[in-house]
Amino acid sequence: MARPFSEVTSLPLPLLRDNVDTDQIIPSREMKSTGKTGLADGLFAGWRYIGTSGREPDPAFVLNDPRYAHSAVILAGRNFGCGSSREHAVWALAEYGFRAVIAESFAPIFAGNCVRNGIVPVVLDAAAIAAIAGSGGPITIRLAEQDVSLADGRRWTFAIDAEAKAMLLDGLDAIDLTLRQAERIAAWQGQDRAARPWIYLEKPA
Amino acid sequence: MAAAGRKVADPARVFAVTDHIVDTRPGRTDQTLMPGGQAFITETRAATLAAGIRLFDVTDPDQGIVHVISPELGIVLPGATLIAPDSHTCTQGAFGALAWGIGSSEAEHAMATGTLRLKKPGTMRVTFAGVLPAMVTPKDMALALIARHGAGGGAGHAVEFAGEAVRALDMEGRMTLCNMATEFAAMTGMIAPDEKTFAWLAGRRYAPSGPQWEAALAQWRMLASDPDARFDREIGIDAGALAPMVSWGTSPEQSAPIDGCVPPDAPQRVLDYIGLASGVQLKGTAIDAAFIGSCTNSRLSDLRQAASLLQGRRIAQGLKAICVPGSSQVKREAEAEGLDRIFIEAGFEWRESGCSMCFYAGGESFAPGARVVSTTNRNFESRQGPNVKTHIASPATVAASALAGCLADPREIA
Ligand code: SF4
Repeated sequence: MARPFSEVTSLPLPLLRDNVDTDQIIPSREMKSTGKTGLADGLFAGWRYIGTSGREPDPAFVLNDPRYAHSAVILAGRNFGCGSSREHAVWALAEYGFRAVIAESFAPIFAGNCVRNGIVPVVLDAAAIAAIAGSGGPITIRLAEQDVSLADGRRWTFAIDAEAKAMLLDGLDAIDLTLRQAERIAAWQGQDRAARPWIYLEKPA
Repeated sequence: MAAAGRKVADPARVFAVTDHIVDTRPGRTDQTLMPGGQAFITETRAATLAAGIRLFDVTDPDQGIVHVISPELGIVLPGATLIAPDSHTCTQGAFGALAWGIGSSEAEHAMATGTLRLKKPGTMRVTFAGVLPAMVTPKDMALALIARHGAGGGAGHAVEFAGEAVRALDMEGRMTLCNMATEFAAMTGMIAPDEKTFAWLAGRRYAPSGPQWEAALAQWRMLASDPDARFDREIGIDAGALAPMVSWGTSPEQSAPIDGCVPPDAPQRVLDYIGLASGVQLKGTAIDAAFIGSCTNSRLSDLRQAASLLQGRRIAQGLKAICVPGSSQVKREAEAEGLDRIFIEAGFEWRESGCSMCFYAGGESFAPGARVVSTTNRNFESRQGPNVKTHIASPATVAASALAGCLADPREIA
């Protein structure tokens, strides 16, 4: 079960590049366990640390800038989270403490993974992202109102799918939600099995 | 799932594969250089056995990359809905299936409920008109599309690939094209099933047979889009005007024809990483290694194409070159034709099947900072090893480049 989300106020971490891929968010060499935890340390490892194996922070990378030590929001460019579908990328972000990512667009699998792990994928246009980055101040993201605002009153709304919103607000588990409809699913599958028996394999060969 | 007390709803419709994590060096065992990899393999074996799920294990004759073996075994079928927690699941849209990649939580959802919650994507048709020139391949079609319309160009859409040049592709080429729909940020790519699709699937292990095959065919013949179907977006590309493509940057959209140059407006950060300057010619850029493999280009036709260039020739001295068949079956078929000899005599390593150095799976990688020309699908920073500079291209371009020791145009060798 994910952490419910209502609102967050934070200085956003500016990662204003396009196509930040999941290999960068969590390199595969950092995915050492079969579980969902122990990943925060490997978050952005390729950019965050000097060299490929050590843990010496690279001061040039924004995550190591003390001003952003408590950022709970990432501010990014286009196509954030592209590449491998590894959910570890989102688990690492969540474990590190991020609650939302604001970007011009998201890779679809990544956005789906965010919703399942209590991270809000907020889509804003380039002008809004530039304005937020330019202000240098904290922002507030409110999920119920679907808006992002600066302390000076500037405010932008964002779109989010109703079901994703409901899941994020309540930290709902999608599986339980679906299993409430088990009867309807079984009925549909019964019909489909009659029409397309070849889809329903009998047992592992 | 076990921790949440949940069961797999229908184990007969779930398959498990060892591909990303396995070692691909000859004579492999469960051991892998990937940290935690061996435990992962052992845990997968135990969990699939307990759940009654068919596992294509390390030494199984049907082992291979999931997107290669699922079609080989007839698991994917026209009209089927197929998902896997891997972004290149869209490869299998080549069969007229709705196939797409998901995350682990969604995979859990699918196994527990037999369903997924999904927002209906927009529709897009990408039509490739005309006839592909010699040595220009489906990989080049995909790279050209992404270079022109951006790595985010397909966002929010399911893409149908259509047109004369797509119809002319064999099934393996169609898989290569659909494979890279995810690099286009599309939910999936698909191609209308036709007689080629049906002929390819006939007799495969999990495909229907007898009267069920006939019933299935009747349904499958109705799956193609209507001639007057309307799409939310349409893109047209003249396949006859395409050239072999190669990437110059760290996103697949940063690709250009092999006889082109690094563009003048290339971002400095990307140039710093890739070690090239704006304006330099791509052709002639010296390389350290070549890789043929991955779910994009590791099927028999890919290996044949590369071998046709390598036959009787030697790769450049000092170059590390690796060929990894996409499945154990592809490997056997290639060996039966003698392709392994051609690769080995040309100076390539000949591997066991798996994902291998597509993303330094199995824990292996190219030397830090090496420049690699690769038939894989992602040229991201450090994907093939620390600071490795990846240039993605077709099997023909990779073979030609391996022979030349630098990025090379396959049309000039053939
Ligand atoms: S071959 Fe590469 S891209 Fe394909 S499934 Fe394996 S790791 Fe992913």
